[in-house]
Amino acid sequence: MSFMRKIGYAVGLPLILFGLWFVLSSGSESFYAPPLGTILTAFGDTWTWPAIRADVLPSLLRLAAGYLLAAVVGVTLGVAIGLDRRLRATVEPVLEFFRAVPPPVLVPVIMLFAGIGDAMKVIVIVFGCVWPILLNTVEGVRAVDSVQLETARAYGVTGPARITRVILPSASPQIAAGLRQALSIAIILMVISEMFAASNGLGFTIVQFQRSFAIPEMWSGIILLGLLGFGLSLLFRLAERRALRWYEGLRAAQRTR
Amino acid sequence: MTRFRPVLLGAAGLAGLLLVIELAPRTGLVDERFLPPASRILAALAREAGSPAFWAALGDTLVAWALGLAVAAGAGVLAGLVIGSVPALRALTASTVEFLRPIPSVALIPLAVLLYGTGLGSTLMLVCYAAFWQVLVQVLYGVADVDPVAFETARSFRFSPWARVRYVLWPTALPYVFTGVRLAASVALVLAITAELVIGSPGLGKEIAVAQASEAVPAMYALIVVTGLLGVVINVAARFSERRFLAWHQSVRGEI
Repeated sequence: MSFMRKIGYAVGLPLILFGLWFVLSSGSESFYAPPLGTILTAFGDTWTWPAIRADVLPSLLRLAAGYLLAAVVGVTLGVAIGLDRRLRATVEPVLEFFRAVPPPVLVPVIMLFAGIGDAMKVIVIVFGCVWPILLNTVEGVRAVDSVQLETARAYGVTGPARITRVILPSASPQIAAGLRQALSIAIILMVISEMFAASNGLGFTIVQFQRSFAIPEMWSGIILLGLLGFGLSLLFRLAERRALRWYEGLRAAQRTR
Repeated sequence: MTRFRPVLLGAAGLAGLLLVIELAPRTGLVDERFLPPASRILAALAREAGSPAFWAALGDTLVAWALGLAVAAGAGVLAGLVIGSVPALRALTASTVEFLRPIPSVALIPLAVLLYGTGLGSTLMLVCYAAFWQVLVQVLYGVADVDPVAFETARSFRFSPWARVRYVLWPTALPYVFTGVRLAASVALVLAITAELVIGSPGLGKEIAVAQASEAVPAMYALIVVTGLLGVVINVAARFSERRFLAWHQSVRGEI
């Protein structure tokens, strides 16, 4: 019973909203807001398997490449900077500045260096995503419990093991927070870089629809992008919950104590 | 003495960055057409600072940012308080919020262009959408954090619903509101400049696109530096006002 109620609560409002949208727009004569039925038909017609392979897949591959590269670079540099107090004080203002630069303005700069190919898009995503990951890793490494560090030292845990066994696990909740911020930046940059200059990709296709006034198709692209953003954040949450199960448990234990 | 060490090191870091940007193009390590030396970027910055068009663009960006943030913060706080204090509403909207929040706001760019063209309206639409969720989610956390004992006490003292919101809910949620607004402030700046850059609505982003199209590379870098400085100023100002207005709160008092 309570399970059914949960389901009801979860799907109730979305169903009502979609229903309202469907009914209210069904007689719509407006050019910009076509009936939802038309949009859904366009969705089925537009995003067929070949179209997905031609436009969605390249976007996703660039996203994955840029995001993973940013994660590796960010965590590596973050651990190095977080462990050295002098280095941290030296580079902190520079990092704060780079983080404050709105990532999309990097697109024109990186276009100068890397042209308009796949490399440009991947570099843009890396450059935009790396700062939250890097700064959160620095914070996480800095906040490692000193008792843990000294215990590890007393037991002779040094070198690589100290980093992989003590520092990284203890900084991982903070690193995950940085990765989560970076994910939404990555999606934004994927779309923006394709809107700027591309010959395929989701952002490119949606702008193309808009410029040729293919309004239902444009709406269907917006919906697809929305589903993509939702799906990726869901995937991230599942992965995070799995990887940080110990942390959730720890927090729950601390709360009830 | 030791207190000033980090500041000195930080200044050294910034100076080092400038030096690298100065030397890399001069020694031919990087093509000068792609990355002009720091001195030329600074000269372009000075030139921009002397032109009224630059200040007009900066003003446009700040107006779009401030208006969008104000609308998003107002709507986010109001919606958060209402949704957060009615459990049924909260349960009903949870899935919708979770669905709408991760939608990348840039997905709305084509729609904004169709609806508002290249005016302030399309920038505002993107800024409001992106900033709204930041505030709403934080306010929802804040309302959920209310001490049930305090709330029940207020109820048994027959506080009116309004007084309960004003004296119990609001003080608890305020730190969360500030966190939300601080996050929203930087998101709003990013979206304002993105919209100007991609759509071409007036502002710094458009100036960057124009500089890029006319291959005025030093001016483009100068404008990017300005957007970065703007971001830093907004971050610092948000943190400062948070400390000032929440001076009474445990989270701030506890830091001293």
